[in-house]
Amino acid sequence: MAINKLTVSMSPHDYGKDSVKKIMYGVVIAMIPALLVSVYYFGFDAIRVNLIAIAACVFFEWLFQKVFLKGKLTIVDGSAVVTGMLLAFNVPSSLPWWIIVIGALVAIGIGKMSFGGLGNNPFNPALVGRVFLLISFPVQMTSWPVTKVLNFAMTDAQTGATPLAIVKEGLNNGQTFSSIMDSMPYSYGEMFIGQMGGSLGEISAAALILGGLFLLFRKIITWHIPVSILGTVAIFTAILYGINPESYANPMFHLLTGGLLLGAIFMATDMVTSPMTPKGMLLYGFGIGVITVLIRVWGAYPEGVSFAILIMNAVVPLINNWAKPKRFGETIKK
Amino acid sequence: MLKTFPKGGVHPKENKFSVGKPIESIDLPKQVNIPIAQHIGAPSESVVAKGDKVKVGQLIAKSTGFVSANIHSSVSGTVIKIDKILDTSGYKKTCVVIAVDGDEWMETIDKSSGINANTDISADDIRKKVAELGVVGLGGATFPTHVKLSVPPGKTCQHLVINAVECEPYLTADHQIMMEKAEEIMIGCKLIQKAIAAEKVLIGIENNKPDAIKHMTEVAKKFDNIEVQALKVMYPQGGEKQLIKSILNREVPSGGLPIDVGCVVQNVGTAFAVYEAVQKNKPLFERVVTVTGKSVKKPSNILARIGTPINLLIDAAGGLPEDTGKIVNGGPMMGKAVNTDTVPVTKGTSGVLIFPEESASRPEQYNCIRCGRCASVCPMGLEPFQLKNMSKVKMYEELQKERVLDCMECGSCVYTCPAGVPLLDYIRLGKANLNKILRSKKS
Repeated sequence: MAINKLTVSMSPHDYGKDSVKKIMYGVVIAMIPALLVSVYYFGFDAIRVNLIAIAACVFFEWLFQKVFLKGKLTIVDGSAVVTGMLLAFNVPSSLPWWIIVIGALVAIGIGKMSFGGLGNNPFNPALVGRVFLLISFPVQMTSWPVTKVLNFAMTDAQTGATPLAIVKEGLNNGQTFSSIMDSMPYSYGEMFIGQMGGSLGEISAAALILGGLFLLFRKIITWHIPVSILGTVAIFTAILYGINPESYANPMFHLLTGGLLLGAIFMATDMVTSPMTPKGMLLYGFGIGVITVLIRVWGAYPEGVSFAILIMNAVVPLINNWAKPKRFGETIKK
Repeated sequence: MLKTFPKGGVHPKENKFSVGKPIESIDLPKQVNIPIAQHIGAPSESVVAKGDKVKVGQLIAKSTGFVSANIHSSVSGTVIKIDKILDTSGYKKTCVVIAVDGDEWMETIDKSSGINANTDISADDIRKKVAELGVVGLGGATFPTHVKLSVPPGKTCQHLVINAVECEPYLTADHQIMMEKAEEIMIGCKLIQKAIAAEKVLIGIENNKPDAIKHMTEVAKKFDNIEVQALKVMYPQGGEKQLIKSILNREVPSGGLPIDVGCVVQNVGTAFAVYEAVQKNKPLFERVVTVTGKSVKKPSNILARIGTPINLLIDAAGGLPEDTGKIVNGGPMMGKAVNTDTVPVTKGTSGVLIFPEESASRPEQYNCIRCGRCASVCPMGLEPFQLKNMSKVKMYEELQKERVLDCMECGSCVYTCPAGVPLLDYIRLGKANLNKILRSKKS
């Protein structure tokens, strides 16, 4: 042993085992149940969208790193894979490949790399990509293929509206909520399992909750953000439903439909774009819940989770400034 | 529920390989290098010259102020030179170099093995003895003990808190001392208690040492007002402020000292040193050092004379492993990496830790992903990521406002950071620069 080759560094000399890479691949693992459900209901298309989105995100991350940011190669850290999967989860399974690629370009290029790469982006990259696509390609982004168990035949699937859109349209046409639900093609049980129209990763509440439990178990997320969002939505919609059960949807319907669970568990909890302290996380989740309900109930779009998260992303620095941890030794006890 | 501090903390793998290994002496070295600055405060002044004959326990460097400490020879022999020699800090520091010849102790030292339980001595005399015989805090910070034993006028001390937590992974020196010298420690506690006129002695031990908790509780029964308190295993349970919060639920105010909440904290090893100084008239010239590491053949608790080069300790523990990549003086969380294995053991050396090459370097670094884990584990409730950024861009006023000086450098933030950001390096830099600015403002 060459004694003159000792490493000298400042303390500590012991490190925890978690790393950014492990966290990112932990998120990927947590998304697998939802991915499997999407393959079950949308068939080969679900795999196609995921593969294109992941490949495009990793490619653009590599390209931007190489051309603009330089420095260390970052595609191995897994964050581009997560963004790709989340982008895929947020689009209909019938989306043409070139729109997915544009989404990936916006997500990675504008949403992430233009701010300096991982950790520097104020907004959730996948959502930036998704919202860009929603505004630019409203028709393709809202043609939802009808779920069909294990449909691997590459025929053009039928399309249908999402439960949220059905309810929104019905209420706008003066129908009552109960009569809309009577003609709703999906039961609550089917919504929980995932048999309903929607973006490919958002349909199954069961799979998303399973993934969320894994994230909690792996300590990648804490309970604060999901519970705060879901609780706020539940309470807010319960109040509206209590006031007039015929012109507002019930809380159960709001919790199970649309991108709420996907957003609350996987998107809003993105470490980079969410607050640091539990106190801040609760406020942030409350804001997302309120804005989501406002958009769903009174907005032009049937769904508002993406916008809600992006809006709250923007105020995270303010929240961080407000929700400081309690300092030790602030108060002197007698 | 075991008592613990309310916020933050981490739980690194304990790796206490040397647990239960009896304290052993090693052969005397041929030569010792005794630094004359081994404590916090003013460096001492050498009182010997080249060619002088010294005995074990003879004063070789004299304290130069109130916050300073005497230094005694740990061996008998001849002073060869007084020279600058590389020590733990990585700088060359003045050392008294003594060639060892036999082992002749000062006649004043009581070498008998019996326990002297007679504590009929005045508080002033206890302080005087402790100062004269060079006792400093053995937990690692090496603050001169007699200073802590002098309660400032206007303050009162109700509790003497004995830090027997040993929350650093790997280290077992305090644990072993408790198993072997419990009665002496209790007498030492009584002496300190008398000196600071405290009502009660509370000994905090982390719950991963059930045998020590049991043994110390047994022995404490023979004494009045000594209580052993088991604490949750959580780093940094042995941080002074955390320990007081855990045991007494009192919070030392920011910038304050334990005495502000009526406490004095002493390390358990220090209590033993106080016993030896007051009851046996023995200066602090040797201490228990844990020599350990994953590849170390014979992890040991060694009673080493101050000034012994650490390679002799490593030899006694089975030699330097082939795959050595880093040697740390102290524990893995707060210890200092040294660049040679010849640095001397000092009063603050609680352990010599040998890391294999694969765990010697820092983890791969990524961009900060703002996960907030550093803030959630900071036991002082600070925001390390923020302090790091402010330190990087020299925002010293903000650093002060964000209480960077409360940071005790426990390293929990770096331990937990998944992005491997060297948070503490920047925080240390910020602290040092801020302190410099504050000092220049004062003068």
